Amino acid sequence: MMNENRNLTILGIESSCDETAAAVVRNGREVLSNVISSQIDIHTVYGGVVPEIASRMHCEQINGVIRLALKQAGLDFGGIDIIAVTKGPGLVGALLVGVSEAKALAYALHKPLVGVNHIEGHIAANYITHPDLEPPYVCLVVSGGHTHLAVVRGYRDFELVGATQDDAAGETFDKVARAVGLGYPGGPKVDKAAAGGNPHAVEFPRGEVRDRPYDFTFSGLKSAVLNYINLANMKGETLNVADITASFQKSVVESLVSRTVRCAEHYGIKTVAAAGGVSANSALRRELAEACAGKGMRCLYPEPVYCTDNAAMIASAGYYAYLDGVRDDEFLNADPNLKLGYR
Amino acid sequence: MRILAIESSGLTASAAVMEEDLLKAEFTVSNKLTHSETLLPMVREMLKISGIAPETLDAVAVSAGPGSFTGLRIGAATAKGLALALNRPVISVSALQAMSYGLSILSDAVICPVMDARRGQVYCAAYRCGASVIAEDARDIHEYLESLAALEDAAETEFIFIGDGVPVHAETISSELDRDVIFAGGQFNRQRAAGVAELGTVLYRNWLVRHGLTAAEVSAAGADGIDCYDGAVMNSDSFVPQYLRQTQAEREMKAGLLEDPGLHSLKKMQDKGSGRKIKE
Repeated sequence: MMNENRNLTILGIESSCDETAAAVVRNGREVLSNVISSQIDIHTVYGGVVPEIASRMHCEQINGVIRLALKQAGLDFGGIDIIAVTKGPGLVGALLVGVSEAKALAYALHKPLVGVNHIEGHIAANYITHPDLEPPYVCLVVSGGHTHLAVVRGYRDFELVGATQDDAAGETFDKVARAVGLGYPGGPKVDKAAAGGNPHAVEFPRGEVRDRPYDFTFSGLKSAVLNYINLANMKGETLNVADITASFQKSVVESLVSRTVRCAEHYGIKTVAAAGGVSANSALRRELAEACAGKGMRCLYPEPVYCTDNAAMIASAGYYAYLDGVRDDEFLNADPNLKLGYR
Repeated sequence: MRILAIESSGLTASAAVMEEDLLKAEFTVSNKLTHSETLLPMVREMLKISGIAPETLDAVAVSAGPGSFTGLRIGAATAKGLALALNRPVISVSALQAMSYGLSILSDAVICPVMDARRGQVYCAAYRCGASVIAEDARDIHEYLESLAALEDAAETEFIFIGDGVPVHAETISSELDRDVIFAGGQFNRQRAAGVAELGTVLYRNWLVRHGLTAAEVSAAGADGIDCYDGAVMNSDSFVPQYLRQTQAEREMKAGLLEDPGLHSLKKMQDKGSGRKIKE
């Protein structure tokens, strides 16, 4: 599949949630630029992402972000071979800005267009950080919107073996962060607060899904944490935020790590990767690495900047999709509910 | 001077090309709200059939709104992408003024465009002889009709109503204005790219004259080589839709209806569904 003789330079565009991003990546692995305009400060005021505000901001930012990505790569449009854009999943109004922009660029510049699955983008982030990584491997994709366990058999061949039955892992972090008064975004704030806490202080449940060994459930854990806080508030006790967050985080991390390692063992795969915003969590990185080491497995994560939403990962996934023959045209549309392995 | 125009503020998706004062082509579809799929294919087919290469366009005019938020952004991102790729300026055109323009320069009647903005409101304005007599706004239909009746010479003035707000509010308009009004039909009744192209051409020509430039000079320099942008004419980075309405979250925050996100709001979070997104 790989054509060793040909260099391909890809402009990636990402606008599925609250980051407007553009990046230039060569041959799926070499990042020439990676520009991310985050809207986090605005959404923090509302305690979460407001879709209409996110869509408006994408529309404001997108041309400037693309221009900066080209400039930092030292290229103009003439140096770009392919345009890749996130087509889903995500917030539909936000996705439509990137998709409409990318279609217009590809049409007017006479460049091939590739619509990219955002979850495949997260997985591809590992190719950027680990130039020697090749399938097969098991990938845990965990973010504010996704919790997936996939066997990556080839660059474009994914077997989805597990997913969350309710909340995404990152969503649970956001909710618990709000409940203990840490605010939005929950992931990094819980990570920081938990660093000084005792993870054994409160015994929170680890959710199991009957007959679905690789599926996740976090709603029971979320309720348990909220009930614990409610009870403490009613009794007039001061919340020990460090202990609560550390104990909560331990429960989430154990659920994620145990299934991922079990899955790799079951499929006889020796490499495990994590991806998505939650894969920047320090406890998850530490525990997954330890568990893998104990089983003689290799454990990989993207650098933190490629864990959260970015366009370099979209360009990388777009590169492999292009090599696999994927071509989109002016009819490309956003698909807010796109599943892993589908296009 | 060749201007491409895009209009997707309502049910209608429309693209047009104007060459000087000639409407070279227009492609208009009022079917369903599938602009995200159809708008760019329409531009492509229209240009192809007209034998116009995208590189020969001098500027991209786009309907800036008001209208459907998502529709406006599809048009905006399409125009921004085309203009960025072609290195051409963007001309920001009011949807209300564009749909009124052709009629308003024909007579001294007051042209009253009303777009349904739901919740009893309309996006509205009023134009006479090409000039604005009531500024664009999102208003209660009754308030709008009062301000029309309060216009100078209102008693001797003819009012012509257009837009998708007409079928919604026709009875209110007839009864509250207490006089004969004209509801223009057919080609005048909806947003069309031809109107955006026509008004966009006028705005662009005025800007060129003000700065002593020609369209050919701007196209040769490229949009990035120009630094005298003002008014409706801008580089593609600066263009944003004119929604005329804040988002629901912003309105609620202003009105103090949104809870302080720092407070413990356990009940809301225990409700099923995502706490990460606030429904718009």
